[in-house]
Amino acid sequence: MREHGARAIRLVSLPLLCFAAVSAAPIAWADGPQSSPSIFAPASTPASSIQDLSWFVLAITGGIFVTVGGLLAWAIFRYRARKTDDDSEPAQIYGSTQVELAWTVIPILIVVVLFLTTARIIFAIQDAPKPQVALDVTVVGHQFWWEFRYPKLGIVTANELHVPVSSALEPRPTFLHLLSADVDHSFWVPQLAGKTDLIPNHPNDMWIDPRHTGLYVGQCAQFCGVEHAKMLLRVYVDTPEEFDTWVKQQRQPGMQDSSVAAGRHIFETEACTNCHTIAGTAATGTFGPNLTHLESRATIAAGAALNTTENLHAWIQDPDHFKPGALMPAMQLSGEQIDELVAYLTTLH
Amino acid sequence: MADQTLPIAGSLDVTPQRLSRAQVLEWLHGWVVTVDHKRLGILYVVYGIIFLLVAGAEAMAIRIQLAWPGMHFLSPELYNEMFTMHGTTMVFLVGMTILFGFANYLVPLMIGARDMAFPRLNAFSFWMTAFGGLLIYYSFIGGFGLYGMGAAPDVGWWAYAPLTARAFSPGHATDYWALALIVAGFGTLGTAINIIATALSMRCRGMSLLRMPLFVWLMLVTSALTLITITPLTAAQIMLLIDRYLGGHFFDTQAGGSAVVWMHFFWIFGHPEVYVLVMPAFGIANEIIPVFSRKAIFGYPAMVAASVGIAFVSMGVWAHHMFTVGMTSVGNAFFVLSTMLVGIPTGIKIFNWVATIWGGKIRFATPMLFCLGFLFQFLIAGLTGIMLSVAPWNWQLHNSYFVIAHFHYVLVGAIVFNIFAGIYYWYPKVTGRMLSETLGKWHFWLFLIGFHITFDTMHFVGFLGMPRSIYTYEPDRGWNHLNFIISIGGMIQGIAVLIFAWNLVQSYFRGRKAGNDPWDAWTLEWSTPSPPPAYNFATDPVVHSRRPLWDLKHPEDPDWKYEA
Ligand code: HEC
Ligand code: HEM
Ligand SMILES: [Cu+2]
Ligand SMILES: [Cu+2]
Repeated sequence: MREHGARAIRLVSLPLLCFAAVSAAPIAWADGPQSSPSIFAPASTPASSIQDLSWFVLAITGGIFVTVGGLLAWAIFRYRARKTDDDSEPAQIYGSTQVELAWTVIPILIVVVLFLTTARIIFAIQDAPKPQVALDVTVVGHQFWWEFRYPKLGIVTANELHVPVSSALEPRPTFLHLLSADVDHSFWVPQLAGKTDLIPNHPNDMWIDPRHTGLYVGQCAQFCGVEHAKMLLRVYVDTPEEFDTWVKQQRQPGMQDSSVAAGRHIFETEACTNCHTIAGTAATGTFGPNLTHLESRATIAAGAALNTTENLHAWIQDPDHFKPGALMPAMQLSGEQIDELVAYLTTLH
Repeated sequence: MADQTLPIAGSLDVTPQRLSRAQVLEWLHGWVVTVDHKRLGILYVVYGIIFLLVAGAEAMAIRIQLAWPGMHFLSPELYNEMFTMHGTTMVFLVGMTILFGFANYLVPLMIGARDMAFPRLNAFSFWMTAFGGLLIYYSFIGGFGLYGMGAAPDVGWWAYAPLTARAFSPGHATDYWALALIVAGFGTLGTAINIIATALSMRCRGMSLLRMPLFVWLMLVTSALTLITITPLTAAQIMLLIDRYLGGHFFDTQAGGSAVVWMHFFWIFGHPEVYVLVMPAFGIANEIIPVFSRKAIFGYPAMVAASVGIAFVSMGVWAHHMFTVGMTSVGNAFFVLSTMLVGIPTGIKIFNWVATIWGGKIRFATPMLFCLGFLFQFLIAGLTGIMLSVAPWNWQLHNSYFVIAHFHYVLVGAIVFNIFAGIYYWYPKVTGRMLSETLGKWHFWLFLIGFHITFDTMHFVGFLGMPRSIYTYEPDRGWNHLNFIISIGGMIQGIAVLIFAWNLVQSYFRGRKAGNDPWDAWTLEWSTPSPPPAYNFATDPVVHSRRPLWDLKHPEDPDWKYEA
């Protein structure tokens, strides 16, 4: 009897214990407080209304778990076979219409409540009207990097999105129009909004209205090929002043600095121009990121490396070094040529 | 009883003999040409277990790579091949084959028949499926054809267009994937037809539809669902091949094709497919839980109705895999509702299982332990499914590790747990010997612990924004330790499965003799010798209730007095 009882207790408590331990784990183990793009640290209306909804759903499902799981655990414990039992079989019960009816109706009621709450949030987020002041950005997914176009501002940039902060008094939401140049991608910055896919031939839209300035990270969330893991996203939420300064700077043509003319010459005579644009030069390619203001970005290759002189050098020498499979070829340039190129690129503020 | 004891036993020469080459060949030949449902069932299950080990090894490789950020254990290409092959193998070559193997072995025995309705179709189906598996694994060697370089499919088991177009997936790996699934799919269709015909027309006298064991009911419903669900998959694969080789533009977005149409085709297959996998697992639980609780299943008619209900509703929910592709708000709301509706019959099933245990005398043998694990885990899996069906929340959770956690809770926590339960339960019938209970307990507890360490934790990295299908991640995202824990749990499960494999082998030679009915069970298969003779039943059985052996064992209190 002892043995059976102990076994039953172990049996019941283990899953529950595991669950409890693991529930506490993220708090103890998630490294670094602010770095995580958690869906429970929202900073924009779509993300926070999703969070509110998710607490509600968690409460209901948690309640169901505790009730049903508790009944199950208790039944296993209470009705375990004991050594003292005789050989007789327990009473056979084949069913009960009343009981079964009751436990059909309760889930139906729960579904009605969950559905209505969910539907309200779907419409609130998805069909939100676009205000006049909204900023428009077109996002184009490419195999392993992001292109951002600001059609009304005449800006084209890559991988690091700048948007103005929005507030209740001065709402300034950003509406993203999502396109793809090749395969499916998905735009996901958890703290700002849920994800929306970028699908070729199937334009999508989403919006964000970040309430706090700062950097929000995310990444492509639809498998898009070999370097899908390194298709990272950075969204900078700027104060209105910072944003205006950034816009002004981005609208300048590429910097002209005669001290790096050699590097510029290499850039313009090598294949770089087929894939990259630098406004004000002969380079007008669109297959790769626009480099006109490369130095205004903190990272290169969609977040695969920090934007430093050494990293630029390593990248041009062999893109596979950071991102094996990236769609930029190694150009077989000499060390000096790359030095000159990098010297030129680092003037592109 | 069958003719196990020959009248002239004493006159037989029993000196041990070396097996000659001819004998081995004959034995092998016997297995290849067999049309016996029991042998085919065994072939299916063994085949599935071999692939379980293969796909398990792929999972281990994946988890080593992700144990810490910036690992270089697998190259990005190889990582993508690993998760594609892991998913494809587990769904098509492990889940489907083992469960259909159970059906093959058990359905005729449970309904008192001597074989399936179409024994030759049965053999054909198995070998088609087997060939499909070899075909897809051959791509490791021949994926690039002329270049002689190996490569496996690397587009994900969902294989979204246009990544599968020739422009983005050159070489032949994707072709192997598409062809293999077409071939294996025909095998699956054949078996489904066979099971339907068998369950409908081969039942013994007295076994009305409402006296069929629930396992048979669930296989019947599953097979009907299979016929509906495999068809769009096959169609889509053919369209994909037309795109790749005959200049079609179904999914070629550069030429006006539609990526979204592929998604619809895939998930019209894909969602019902997950029910094709889970319903046989329900069937196993429906057999085991009553026997080890010593009670009849609670609410048999409701269980049947819920199964049929789930099958129907599950055909109208597929786009809950597509909440982020930009459907209209009304479209999203529709699929929220239909998905949540699945929760109702699912809930009924769980309640009925709890009620079956209630008032019983539970025996904690290994099969029952696995079934109890299943009950808890399936409860949680259903609840995370409800969370995922809340479209706005899905916009966050979709394609994150939360989804991986949800479906592994179902596929491992429910289906694999029940497959293990089923193997512990029926192995004595199939081989005549019991599996070791000691190793079984080790297997159960290690697997349970490993399972929870891995998959509970995955929910939380999902909350922290970690997407699926990535071969590495940034060190500053707060995911490092959690991933390390997940990987440890994976290894523990790996060890548990090896113990299981060892148990299977050693018990075959040294296990305790089982006898006809080691669990004191109630369905017809336990009335035959273990292993059953080729013809199953010497005389056609006649049944009067859902538990014919209960009636025999309790003539004073038979079931047929109570059943409606
Ligand atoms: C075949 C087209 C192609 C050519 C030629 C090419 N690139 Fe690139 N380049 C790309 C692509 C594509 C990317 C984005 C890679 C990624 O992030 O996956 C890129 C990225 C870059 C970046 C990082 C930009 C950023 O903000 O992330 C730099 C710098 C760069 N290329 C410089 C050069 C230079 C210098 C040359 C000439 C020596 C060159 N590229 C030639 C396609 C090309
Ligand atoms: C109450 C029952 C269930 C509900 C409400 C439910 C709901 C969902 C939803 C909404 C998704 C989409 C998640 C996403 O990709 O964003 C999903 C994914 C999935 N579910 Fe379930 N589910 C349930 C039961 C099951 C069962 C029984 C199985 C398997 C047998 C299963 C297997 C899967 C799989 C494999 C996926 C992921 C497919 C992929 O993206 O690769 N689910 N589920
Ligand atoms: Cu992408
Ligand atoms: Cu589904």
